Amino acid sequence: MSRLNEESIRIANEIISRYPIKKSALIPLLHLAQEQEGWVSGEAMNHIAEILQITPAEVLGTCSFYEMFKRSPVGEYQLNICHGISCHLLGAENLLHHAEETLGIKEGEVTEDGKFSLEGVECIAACTEAPCLQVNYRYQNKVTKSHFNQLVQEINDGNRSEIPKHGSLAKVRQSIPAERLAGIEPVDGAQPPEWLNRNGRDS
Amino acid sequence: MTFPLITTSRWEIEDAHTIDRYVETEGYKALTKALTLTPEEVHDEVKKASLLGRGGAGFPAGVKWGFLPENVWPRYLVVNGDESEPGTYKDRILLERDPHQLIEGCLITCYALGLSQCFLYVRGEMAHGQERVASALNEAYEAGYVGKNILGTEFSVDIVLHWGAGAYIVGEETALIESLEGNRGMPRLKPPFFPASIGLYGKPTIVNNVETLSNVPWIVLHGGEEFSKIGSEQSTGTRIFAVSGHVNNPGVFEVEFGTTTFRDLIMGENYGQGILNGNKIKAFIPGGASAPWFFEEHLDVPLEKSTVDQAGSMLGSGAIVVMDETTDIVRACHNVVRFFSRESCGKCAPCREGTSWLEKILQRIIDGNGRDDDLDLLLDVCDNISPGITWPPKQTTICPLGPSAVSPISSAIKKYKHEFEAYISQSSQGTPVGIQGGIL
Amino acid sequence: MSEILGSEDLINFTLNGEEVSATNGENLIEACEKAGVEIPRFCYHKRMNSVGMCRMCIVEIDTGRGPALQPSCMLSVSEGMSVNTESETTKKAQDGVLEFLLLNHPLDCPVCDKGGECPLQDQTIAFGPGETRFIEEKRHFEKPIPINENVFLDRERCILCDRCTRFADEVVGDPLIHFIDRGNATQVNTFPEDPFASYFSGNVVQICPVGALTAKPYRFKARPWDLEEIESTFPNPLGDRITIQSSRDQVLRFQGLDNDSVNWGWLTDKDRFSFQAFQSEYRVQEPLVRGGGLNKPDKNGRRLVASSWSNVLNMTTEAINRTEPNRIAIIGGSRLTNESQYAWTKLAKGIIGTDNVDGSLGDELPTRALLGLPTTTIDDVCTPGNTVILITPDLKEEYGTLYIRLRHAAIENSVKLIELSPIETGLSRTAAISLRPRPGEIAKVVESILTGEGPVEIGGIPKEQILQAHELIKGNELKIVYGKQSIAESDQPLIEALALLKKTSNSKFLPLVRRGNAMGAVHMGMAPGLLPGQIPLSEGLKTFLNLWPNLPNEKGMGTEEILQSAANGMIDVLFLLGADPLSDFYDPELVEKALNTVNTVISVDLFVNASAYHADIFFPASAFIEVNGSHTNIEGRVTPIRQKVTSPGTARPDWMIAAEIANRLGYDLNIERPEDAWDELGQTSTTQTKVDMDLICDSPDGQILESTGAITLEEIKEVSDTRPFDSYSLRLVLAKRMYDLGTITQMSPALKEFARTSQLFINPTDFKSMGLKSGEPVLVTAGEKNLTVLVVPNNKVPRSIAFGYLNQMGEDLRTLLVKGADSIDIRIDPTVKVG
Ligand SMILES: Cc1cc2nc3c(=O)[nH]c(=O)nc-3n(C[C@H](O)[C@H](O)[C@H](O)COP(=O)(O)O)c2cc1C
Ligand code: SF4
Ligand code: FES
Repeated sequence: MSRLNEESIRIANEIISRYPIKKSALIPLLHLAQEQEGWVSGEAMNHIAEILQITPAEVLGTCSFYEMFKRSPVGEYQLNICHGISCHLLGAENLLHHAEETLGIKEGEVTEDGKFSLEGVECIAACTEAPCLQVNYRYQNKVTKSHFNQLVQEINDGNRSEIPKHGSLAKVRQSIPAERLAGIEPVDGAQPPEWLNRNGRDS
Repeated sequence: MTFPLITTSRWEIEDAHTIDRYVETEGYKALTKALTLTPEEVHDEVKKASLLGRGGAGFPAGVKWGFLPENVWPRYLVVNGDESEPGTYKDRILLERDPHQLIEGCLITCYALGLSQCFLYVRGEMAHGQERVASALNEAYEAGYVGKNILGTEFSVDIVLHWGAGAYIVGEETALIESLEGNRGMPRLKPPFFPASIGLYGKPTIVNNVETLSNVPWIVLHGGEEFSKIGSEQSTGTRIFAVSGHVNNPGVFEVEFGTTTFRDLIMGENYGQGILNGNKIKAFIPGGASAPWFFEEHLDVPLEKSTVDQAGSMLGSGAIVVMDETTDIVRACHNVVRFFSRESCGKCAPCREGTSWLEKILQRIIDGNGRDDDLDLLLDVCDNISPGITWPPKQTTICPLGPSAVSPISSAIKKYKHEFEAYISQSSQGTPVGIQGGIL
Repeated sequence: MSEILGSEDLINFTLNGEEVSATNGENLIEACEKAGVEIPRFCYHKRMNSVGMCRMCIVEIDTGRGPALQPSCMLSVSEGMSVNTESETTKKAQDGVLEFLLLNHPLDCPVCDKGGECPLQDQTIAFGPGETRFIEEKRHFEKPIPINENVFLDRERCILCDRCTRFADEVVGDPLIHFIDRGNATQVNTFPEDPFASYFSGNVVQICPVGALTAKPYRFKARPWDLEEIESTFPNPLGDRITIQSSRDQVLRFQGLDNDSVNWGWLTDKDRFSFQAFQSEYRVQEPLVRGGGLNKPDKNGRRLVASSWSNVLNMTTEAINRTEPNRIAIIGGSRLTNESQYAWTKLAKGIIGTDNVDGSLGDELPTRALLGLPTTTIDDVCTPGNTVILITPDLKEEYGTLYIRLRHAAIENSVKLIELSPIETGLSRTAAISLRPRPGEIAKVVESILTGEGPVEIGGIPKEQILQAHELIKGNELKIVYGKQSIAESDQPLIEALALLKKTSNSKFLPLVRRGNAMGAVHMGMAPGLLPGQIPLSEGLKTFLNLWPNLPNEKGMGTEEILQSAANGMIDVLFLLGADPLSDFYDPELVEKALNTVNTVISVDLFVNASAYHADIFFPASAFIEVNGSHTNIEGRVTPIRQKVTSPGTARPDWMIAAEIANRLGYDLNIERPEDAWDELGQTSTTQTKVDMDLICDSPDGQILESTGAITLEEIKEVSDTRPFDSYSLRLVLAKRMYDLGTITQMSPALKEFARTSQLFINPTDFKSMGLKSGEPVLVTAGEKNLTVLVVPNNKVPRSIAFGYLNQMGEDLRTLLVKGADSIDIRIDPTVKVG
């Protein structure tokens, strides 16, 4: 079950085909695994290693470098409370404490029902909206305590369906129609592009 | 306003991210025009514009493009959309609100330089930005602006959207390349690994910031000459600034380079509208978390690269973070240092070990376990990461991340040493944890 | 490398105020070292790409824009550069880095294996701060964890220099250890439950600059200051240079010796940890004889019992004197030193008077294929830009350090590898092209690659691949590395392929032998019809006669014929000279018969191996760590072997045993010291007069025995026809694996578990189409012969091939060999149920 399923493999192959060197697809494939499972399991890493013809240690090496990849299950809703400098100045720590109290967990933990997990994170590029947070990487700006409570309430009540489960990032994928693809040059022995020597548009 | 909006002109338009609206508002006109010029002519326009990179270092794009070695193929374009520096907030809006403008900029750049593929690296946490760029790319492929035989010419290039996964250091261009190759985002040493000569897959690669490339369509459409008339002589065009922290009207503003001052941005009616609650300003970060801090006396420095450099800091990523009189400087300093410590890639001993040591000392001070010689220790550790603690920084590290952790400490101690001393004087002076030392 | 530098390659730079010269573009840290200034470093290793990550080597450098701190390991030296390794700024920065590196280091030097030879400890004592300013808690990890069966990792001691991980990835292509996590939490580790299963894992212990990586066979055994060491050569085909380290007459460790010409300091685990075997308690310490004397209707009933040297020597001379010289034979000798080989050849040919001497066990290439082609060196093969044809077994399995050199050449120096191998090997992915010729058809394949002509498919390879390979080699001078790819095919196709390649202009050849000093063996005349110094017996009769009184004038028999004759009762005395034909020869049945028929089987060896178990007389010989002498590698490079410890019991060097036997026979072998062999060779041979023991020992790269041209590979007119391939069969390939049931491996506790169960690997598509199920043994037939064995799908095997490793546990795959066949086709019948 933790290996990539058929649909994921199909998408994986499409992604791989866009890079001159397979390993470049590693991060996108890890996202794909996380999307399927909510986190990245050892089995998934093994499977990705197989697909990309690299070793599982290489997959783990990359996977563990990046914060977004969770190597153990997190909540369905991952709350990332920004504690970057701008949010810090405007009360991020208070918000984090409030969140800990409300959810009954500490930073880095998952609620018992598996619904929420909580993290204090570095700047999420919404500094003018401080203090802010992300739920599964969807922004909530200028968050007050009551705003936070409301958010949790709505999620619990099933009223925030626009927020996908943890792991799903963008709801839109890039797709390149086969006939529109310019084509991937091999890394070695490529020729200079044709257009480079033209003198303006001649037609 | 006496200058045209160059990169943010469509921000007020609700559906500017769609191809229809984009085309309606002069979109892809620059591309069409570029294709009537020779690649060198396009490159020349950008050179004439003196477009400075907007990613942090402020290096002229036209000059960087000129570093591509002749006759090595393929060559790549990598777009740096990893925006993660605390306080920085502009690339994300550009991605969300005007993705086609960036795509058009990428296409023109590839055309001008003979780049055979473009990778658009978007920070992982920006789900919405990725959606907008993905949709825009899908539309643009469909409409014949991207891909094979663009607009019926022999110009063909693919743009691939690539997601990051959470690591600030990947914003550094060589780390970005490593990441794009599927590796840990650990920077490479320059020299020899200047991307323009040895970049992605070891091939010549141009790395530019999202905002930098978003300027390109305007430059081609209106001419480099026209662009260079905006702003000051050495910093041409406009620049997007995010003003955050203790201001009444935090926001992201496009302003003319050189003519505007920090005071205008922070206090001005059209911009920050003054300090929160009528408080006094205590300090501000002029260009992202890596930049040394400015204080009240710097408010009238104009937003211009060379002037700010001379004043001992940088415009960096265009992030202005304002701290008012209520700010606990020690905690603010700790906050920024903690950021660099957590984001160190771990490659260089001074950064890996030094930044977390600095963080631990500051934490200890805040926790009431400071010691009398801690300030000397802090500064000496800083000195070992960035010898001399000068600006621009010297470094014992590969990339500037390690030395960046020095900026907040040296800035804060320079001006508000007494706040540190106050913490320390109240501390028990005891040893917080067993001395680990050990003998040889 | 001893290239002569043109003056334009030399530049001047300033080092601490003094003008010094260096090779332009040379790595700065190296250039400084040559000029006598050692810059401290941890991550830099001269055999790997610089990463510049420990930052220890930063020094102030001025290239005209003012002094700046730069890592000297990442820079090339250039004209006019000014380097200051002693300035205040440099010192302060380096002290700072050292302090950073020590922050989280446990400083548990008193209990650390590396204590005493640790650069971090040395640096700290020399320059480090007296006491730590770091009062917080250090990073904690679980203390040493095993990362494979022999290597332990202590992550608290690790300073994250990237040496081990770079080695695994860059040098040997086994990235099974890796940096994991980030920043201050970074650690080196394997993927959970996926150990660092690399044939080369011991090297990471050697290159770890601190005590983070330790090897089980050495842990806690000694402190470096108790160790004595000597430089020597490991007697494998490559002649890997090593240092032997011992304490109190016990070898505790082999370390790779960094030398430019051969192994660059690397070793395979098989060789590195084999020191255990040479000191095994099973080493024979006294001469042995078959209990109850020489007449033996049933030798298996009686056991070998301890005897005395005079007794076994007497028994041996009696047995020799009782019969005719041509009823005496010697098999083996490829594992001895050059000098011992010379002594034994002289004993056999010059004194006993038999030419029935064969160092090969029937599976080495014939002498003319080893000595009869223009030779080349490893360095020459690896020269940037070269085109290399590989007709070899999997180098990663059998020739570890050559694999490393060729991999490096291909990846770093754009050497084009054209691989012709029946199965995918460790180098296939690195090769410019890797083709899968069917066994028995290599000559056809080579012919078509050279000409670019031929039918749609040649030897199992589609035409377009042949053409690709043709394009790659067209017009280039070729370097050819060749060896026996499988024992399930005859030599003829390879010989023909070599003859074709020899005709191309300026091709140079590097042969592979299967046994340690098989190259020495042919140089020392251990083959029928051959005398030392590449002199055919027929030609050497005159020059040798006054020194070798009883030289026979007829060419003798090779191993196969010897065994055949022995089985037919025509051999009375058979010497097994460090040879175990029962395990090693392709027809164990024949060996068994021969050993049971011969009157006197005399084994000279370290262990009572399977064949020695049938011996009547056993001479305990010294191992290479116990003798002085020299070794000849595949290049013909002769390097010294040096004694480090004394032999167990009364075991003696092989050459001494030969000398004693000669003595008892009433002759003086005239070899009283190993050196004497070279001196005598100088008198008999016209070409090898220049080589002597002093030269061998004095040059860091040894001495090369060049091909004299006296022996040549025959020309061919055209390639012989091959046997048609029927599509219901699979063609058999049998090769060596690094770990098998070989004596040395089995006698090394660190290695003995690594042999596997015998299996046949076939392509997954074939596996499926035959309807085979995993895990079930099936009946495999080859003509009359058959065997029940596990058949397993494997992607590395192309369609229509069945591949197996020799000498593993369980079934003996040699059972499938058909004598005299140029190749062997087998059939698998899944319908026959085996019970
Ligand atoms: C630690 C570090 C982080 C950086 N992060 C970013 C970033 O998030 N986005 C960016 O565009 N440039 C970033 N940069 C700068 C890039 O290395 C590079 O200079 C830039 O992408 C070049 O684009 P430009 O010339 O268009 O500015 C960073 C540099 C450093 C040293
Ligand atoms: S300075 Fe820090 S972030 Fe930059 S390469 Fe070195 S360790 Fe990595
Ligand atoms: S030896 Fe140069 S940085 Fe480590």
